[in-house]
Amino acid sequence: MRILFKTSYTDDIRLFPDRWTLAVYGALMALAFALPWLIDEFYIGEVTNVLIWAIAGLGLMLLTGQTGQVSLGHAAFLAIGCYTNTILIEIGLPFIVAFPLAGVITGVVGTIIAIPALRLHGIYLAIATIALSILADDIIVLLDPWTGGVSGKFPDMITIFGLEIERWTMPVRFYYLVLAVTVICTLFYRNLLRSPLGRAFAAIRDSEVSATAMGVHILRTKCKAFGLSCMITGWAGALMGYYAGAFNNETFSLVISITLLMMIVIGGLGSIHGAFFGAVVVAFLPQALSILKGATIGGSVAIPGLETGVFGMILILFILFEPMGLYGRWLKIRTWFELFPFARKDMFRRQKSYLKTERLR
Amino acid sequence: MEFLQLLVSGLANGCVYGLIALGFVLIYKATEAVNFAQGDFMMLGAFVTLGLTNAEHMHLPFWLAAPLAIMIMAVLGYLLDFFVLRHLFGQSQTAVVILTIALGFVIRFVAGVIWGHEPQTLESPLAIGDIHLGSVVLGMADVAVIVVTVLMTLFLYQFFQRTKLGLAMQAASQNQMAAYYMGIPVKRVQGLIWGLSGATAAVAGILFASKGAIDPNAGLLGIKAFAAAVIGGFGSLPGALAGGLIIGVIEPFASRYFPAGYSQIAPYALLLIVLVVRPHGLFSQVRIKKV
Amino acid sequence: MSLLEIKDATLKFGGVVAVNKLSLSVEEGEVYAIVGPNGAGKSTVFNMISRFYQPHAGTFTFDGQNLLERAADQVADLGIARTFQNIELFDHATVLQNLLVGRHRHRKTSLVEELFFAPRVRREEIAHREAVEEVIDFLDLQPYRDKMIAGLPYGVRKVVELGRALASGPRLLLLDEPASGLSVEETQDMRWWIDDIRKQMGITVLMVEHDMGLVSSVCDRVLALADGAKLAEGTPAEVQAHPAVIEAYLGAGAV
Repeated sequence: MRILFKTSYTDDIRLFPDRWTLAVYGALMALAFALPWLIDEFYIGEVTNVLIWAIAGLGLMLLTGQTGQVSLGHAAFLAIGCYTNTILIEIGLPFIVAFPLAGVITGVVGTIIAIPALRLHGIYLAIATIALSILADDIIVLLDPWTGGVSGKFPDMITIFGLEIERWTMPVRFYYLVLAVTVICTLFYRNLLRSPLGRAFAAIRDSEVSATAMGVHILRTKCKAFGLSCMITGWAGALMGYYAGAFNNETFSLVISITLLMMIVIGGLGSIHGAFFGAVVVAFLPQALSILKGATIGGSVAIPGLETGVFGMILILFILFEPMGLYGRWLKIRTWFELFPFARKDMFRRQKSYLKTERLR
Repeated sequence: MEFLQLLVSGLANGCVYGLIALGFVLIYKATEAVNFAQGDFMMLGAFVTLGLTNAEHMHLPFWLAAPLAIMIMAVLGYLLDFFVLRHLFGQSQTAVVILTIALGFVIRFVAGVIWGHEPQTLESPLAIGDIHLGSVVLGMADVAVIVVTVLMTLFLYQFFQRTKLGLAMQAASQNQMAAYYMGIPVKRVQGLIWGLSGATAAVAGILFASKGAIDPNAGLLGIKAFAAAVIGGFGSLPGALAGGLIIGVIEPFASRYFPAGYSQIAPYALLLIVLVVRPHGLFSQVRIKKV
Repeated sequence: MSLLEIKDATLKFGGVVAVNKLSLSVEEGEVYAIVGPNGAGKSTVFNMISRFYQPHAGTFTFDGQNLLERAADQVADLGIARTFQNIELFDHATVLQNLLVGRHRHRKTSLVEELFFAPRVRREEIAHREAVEEVIDFLDLQPYRDKMIAGLPYGVRKVVELGRALASGPRLLLLDEPASGLSVEETQDMRWWIDDIRKQMGITVLMVEHDMGLVSSVCDRVLALADGAKLAEGTPAEVQAHPAVIEAYLGAGAV
């Protein structure tokens, strides 16, 4: 059993609450660095994929898990990030400028879109963002001169101060690039959580009325959440473009938006861990399924909708039996070990709640 | 004349959207949740009917198969609520949104496994024959769709306004705890409403399949029905129908008069405009939280 | 000049007049209570001060400034904090985080500083924390600091909500039924706290309350409200003895 003694206020503000956590995350970082020596290049590619999804997940988590605004249109922002990055590089900006800028531009576009959208509540916002996701496809086609339309685009090789990075020929370098972006985005997220803005996000999620009474400007704060969320998502989109090697109007479809949302629910809404756990599921599910299929009915048989169907099934099971997602399950297991042998079964029992309408007639 | 032709086919399509939207509104009125799988329910309803009546399957007479399919879908809706949605009782709308989206994926997958992914046609007596009115040619199916939709809307509207059960359903959505105290069996009421929306989806499915081919991805039509429900305002049954008709009519006209590439944007652009201008739909209720 | 001055406030919901030409003024440093039967419009008055409801007529002045020119989220900046009748806390956050949200109006750091957690953000955070710890000590919330709101008993939540309002460092505190649903002991605590809030912190308190015991022991002045209009105003004893109040509470003919 591990007991925490806090001796100063900084204990609650620090990045890592105690030495033990610092050691755990230090070890995790070391492992991430050493990974290319431990596994072969194919799997490095797979891990890169997980990280890219995790970045996208962090982006959506900030909006949905933290601020409580459901977006089913985040694929549109992946697309904006991806196309912006590619176009900026095509007009001659170096990657080191174009890439951050692509995220910022996505964030700005997201904020502009958010202003009308965030007056909407709950399902209305969900539906508006669905429409956004569908429209993105058509708009990319209409903007053919910039986006290449249906035939799509192929991102150039990345050069950072003369160092060349390419996803297929140099997967290890690309992995380190993605890892760096992941760490930066995670730090941003963590910093927000321990500062006033992050708390304002959570306040809006739980009660808009009392957040207002405490002086939180709802619309402005939601816009910031949307903007930051889109910025991170934009970076993920740019990386996805490099990872795929080619993209067109159909790459960032509504299904991607939905997958992203399901991913963070499976991982565990409202936590950084959740984005990563969810990303692991999303990235490895197709592999697991094809192995399973190969073992049972032969790998060559194509079953359309299998992946999304199984994914949907997993999600339903999670919502029913573990609404806090994989991270919630992980917390329970950890607490059980930490408190051993004092853990009780009903420690995590949820309070019975009733839904009350927000509608007054 | 071309104008009239476009209008009628638009109206018929719009009725299908309207019927799916009715399903959304039903569940929204009663549980304040939205069933994102309603389009897939519609698809499933169509396939169940097809499975019962088509020659290569069970080959029952259509007039027996259709009510049977409606009943099966109603039971399915009820069971779904009983086994799945009831566990989400009291949780946020978001949980239900995500759950029903996932459900849609599962239904699509299951339908694909059972009936395959090739488009199939329902052997429906509605699909045969045209009606000539001057130079306007109306498909029997189109007429049937319009008539049935209007009747359905009237029936459901009366149900919510007049019957005790309908009022109980509304009460249950607005304050679960208070409804409990008033002796309304909230959970059973919600089960019934899911059954009702399942039946509505089956009707929509049968009509849709009578108009053309059906495949597992037909459920994606639900997205257009969302647009319909939003435009009409989620709380209003006639609004849902009106929204469906607006979307249905806009489509053929947009593809006739707009340049290619812009036409398929029209319904969603309209949706976004409505959301910006009148965030709660054209026939909305006021929504303010009381503290 | 009064700290809060309301003149001829009128608010209608559809055809129903919820508040009718109500005037009241709260002096700096006093505890002022609004009493009245259910549906008399007490909470409505609060919601107008918080700018959740827009009055149809009347003026609202706080410390010489026109409240009606402010949006709901700017009211806190003036130094007005409030609690809610049905507890509106941030359920999926800890007590500490809830109290820290109370400090929101004192936030000085920008978005970019917070993204990088600049040294200034750290300094500010520690300052906020110190302010919040004072509230925690004052309200004896130490055992609950890191507990989630969702798992706390009703009485504690009520105190946390009071704490969140105090953490914002208000000049005027609006308490909407601070003792409703509390046990006798908890109500007793609440009484002492309200007393101390006024005496030690120098905060003016405007409250809505049903419990006449609490009202008469902590309040300087009471306003009795019925059907949105003023029935009587004065010391608790005066108001309780007022014939119109007795009639409103006990029905005509009881006197």
